[in-house]
Amino acid sequence: MKTLGEILLEENSFSDIVMGNTALVRAMIESHTRVVTSYPGSPTPEIAEAIKAIPKEKRPFYFEFSTNEKVATEVAYGAAVNGHLSTVFFKSVGLNVAADTFVQLSLMNIIGGMVVVLGDDPGANSSQNEQDNRHYACLSYMPVFEPASPAEVYTFYKEAANLSIEMGMPIILRLTTHVCHAKEKVKFQNWAPKTLDETPRFDVKNGPYIPIAADVFPMKRFSLQRLETMKNYADRSPLNRVVDYGNKNLGIITMGLPFLSVMDVLEKTKEKPDILKLGVVYPIPAKVIKAFLETHREVKIIEELDNFIEKEIKLLAYDNHLSTKIIGKIDIEDWIGEYTPDKVYEVLKKTWADLLPARKRLGDNIFEVPNRPAQMCPGCGHRSAFHAIKKAIKDTDITVADIGCHTLGFLPPYQVGELMMCMGASTAIGSGLSLFNDTHKVIAFLGDSTFFHAGLPGIINALFNKHNLTLILMENGTTAMTGHQDHAASGKNFNEPTDIIPLSRTLEGFGVKHIYETDTYQQSKLTEMVRKAVEINEFSVVIAKHPCMLKFSREQRRKPGYQQRKVDIDQQKCKRFYECIEEFACPTFTRTDDQRVKINPDLCIGDGSCLQTCQAQAITPPQIR
Amino acid sequence: MKAFNIYLAGVGGQGIGLLSEILLRGADHAGLKVKGVDTHGLAQRGGVVVSQLRLGSRVYSPLIFQNEADLVVALEHHEALRGTNAALKDGGTLIYYNTAWQPLEVRLNLAEPVGGALISKECQKRNIREISVFKADLKDARMQNIVLLANIDKYSLIPGVKKEHYIQAMDDLLQGRLLETNIELFEKERK
Repeated sequence: MKTLGEILLEENSFSDIVMGNTALVRAMIESHTRVVTSYPGSPTPEIAEAIKAIPKEKRPFYFEFSTNEKVATEVAYGAAVNGHLSTVFFKSVGLNVAADTFVQLSLMNIIGGMVVVLGDDPGANSSQNEQDNRHYACLSYMPVFEPASPAEVYTFYKEAANLSIEMGMPIILRLTTHVCHAKEKVKFQNWAPKTLDETPRFDVKNGPYIPIAADVFPMKRFSLQRLETMKNYADRSPLNRVVDYGNKNLGIITMGLPFLSVMDVLEKTKEKPDILKLGVVYPIPAKVIKAFLETHREVKIIEELDNFIEKEIKLLAYDNHLSTKIIGKIDIEDWIGEYTPDKVYEVLKKTWADLLPARKRLGDNIFEVPNRPAQMCPGCGHRSAFHAIKKAIKDTDITVADIGCHTLGFLPPYQVGELMMCMGASTAIGSGLSLFNDTHKVIAFLGDSTFFHAGLPGIINALFNKHNLTLILMENGTTAMTGHQDHAASGKNFNEPTDIIPLSRTLEGFGVKHIYETDTYQQSKLTEMVRKAVEINEFSVVIAKHPCMLKFSREQRRKPGYQQRKVDIDQQKCKRFYECIEEFACPTFTRTDDQRVKINPDLCIGDGSCLQTCQAQAITPPQIR
Repeated sequence: MKAFNIYLAGVGGQGIGLLSEILLRGADHAGLKVKGVDTHGLAQRGGVVVSQLRLGSRVYSPLIFQNEADLVVALEHHEALRGTNAALKDGGTLIYYNTAWQPLEVRLNLAEPVGGALISKECQKRNIREISVFKADLKDARMQNIVLLANIDKYSLIPGVKKEHYIQAMDDLLQGRLLETNIELFEKERK
């Protein structure tokens, strides 16, 4: 077995089966990228996992998880104007956080080069929306490359890095969920480590770097001029290609993963429209597209999410007096969801019904399998917290959730968390809910990684403007939902140990007068604390902490001689109150056909947090079984 | 080669990632062109986890058309039937591990559980070959995936991929004691 780290540092040319996210890391290495930053968010965390597979002393670039996406973008920018090729990556909605810095980037002469890798999420697999970040490119005059597969992720990044260095301008590499996570065999080039020049190259003469007053317009002009240059590049870019079936009548313009879906759909058809597959999606390769339009009578644009390219192409056709019939989105459904092969079949069927053969559908008499929403893990401290907190709050209280594993508290049976927006928004939304409201107590929730990410301004605002609400900090010591990345209160960063920034002392420093803190396994204590905190008519905080048990139990299992303990149910004592299975609802509890409760031994981690939920004391303490 | 599509389904924590990676690399060692994609992120927390593999030279997207999977591999009852409904073609093959991780609504007594009898009934309706797999004295539940792998090999469920290819794939991915115990279990269960 070769480790992923060894594979990534292989100096000779080789082929291996990799995920898109892993192919990206090899591309960074081959491009001699020097500084890489991120904040964790699906579909991108596996990029950092691949980086972590390379031992720190052998890693050819610096990597950090920054406090949030905006900070990550700033660190990458700072390094790049000092001459180092840099890359920042994060998820789709992360760009909203980074936006204030991001929109300025193209005004700057970024001498080292900078690639912004976006993990967009059509289908909202793990995001609160499926926003189309190509709009940001338009807003900020930044080119966008869009690969369709791991092999293209690799080649497109290298092209973006080279061009970014050459032009001194930022370039976006837009990935989507199933490009990040797709796996295929990729052929990689050879690579030789080289000692990089560490001379700080920042020089104001390369600027201006201060976009105020008289410099704003020249900087905007500079940015637009570079975009003009990129229009020429787009037309000669090796990233665009035509799949030519010799069809003079029908053509398709597409890009990214939808291109692969189109190819699969056309495997089913006799007549095959020609395909123009765009690699540079902004600015569009106008001459290439014009030539394609001129040589086809009807052209369908198959683009996931919004009609970004469609508008550009229709403008182009109008300006050039082209009579080609251009068919874009037909109805609202075309704007929604991932363009999987099934979706593209439907989209094409609406356009050219005769082209596609009918597909057999399953009948209606299919058994409807009960849904399986994501759950808090066995032993999760948040479960104990929600079980306890629910006993302390009234039905009329308003609970505001935030992003993280604790968001799952909104699901039955807890149903704690009635609103949720985005990272760190809970406290300030709670503040708004508390205005003109003496009757419905407001309780906001926030995770610890999110506390540092975007939670602080809302907390400071609640103090500054004297809002009356309770904030419950769900502290599990890690960024759990995205795969256990460390944060500022974890005691280590990606590379080394660091001092913990403690939540409680941070809050004390801000001047929070009422701070309660307990381990969530002490359920009755937590119930009592929340009761007290909610009673207070000013801003109060309860820190409900317990280490992430998924992380903890994985670490335990790796220890030599470790033996798994599990609880059991004493059927003699069980009075069938069902509090364990229906209210506490650890997934370990299983219902038998005769309505008894059993333990699923595959799931129990022996944490014993359930014991206190049984009035009949029928759950026996964890033992090796 | 005509495309051969494999849809794997289970619950976060059941070890579907390793099984999928072994099948993917096994197919590659057998000289087949292969693509795959897994569920990552939020769903892994006790939700449905799916992995899709596509073998063949004229395969483009890693995602399988609805009900065009030739083989569904599932790690428990509910996901076996959900996967069969969503992905398997009529006349295809379902292989599943005979255990249940009850979904929320079943545990809350709001829905009926899915069991082996129901799976059989549904498979018969659509002429689906059904293989149920179980090993009573398994030391570690996280090795149920290897029991499935052994049976996939035993019944030659993936055309062109043979025992030595699966072993090569395990060798790519595991080492030391873990590799030994997995290969030992694989050898024993495939007979």
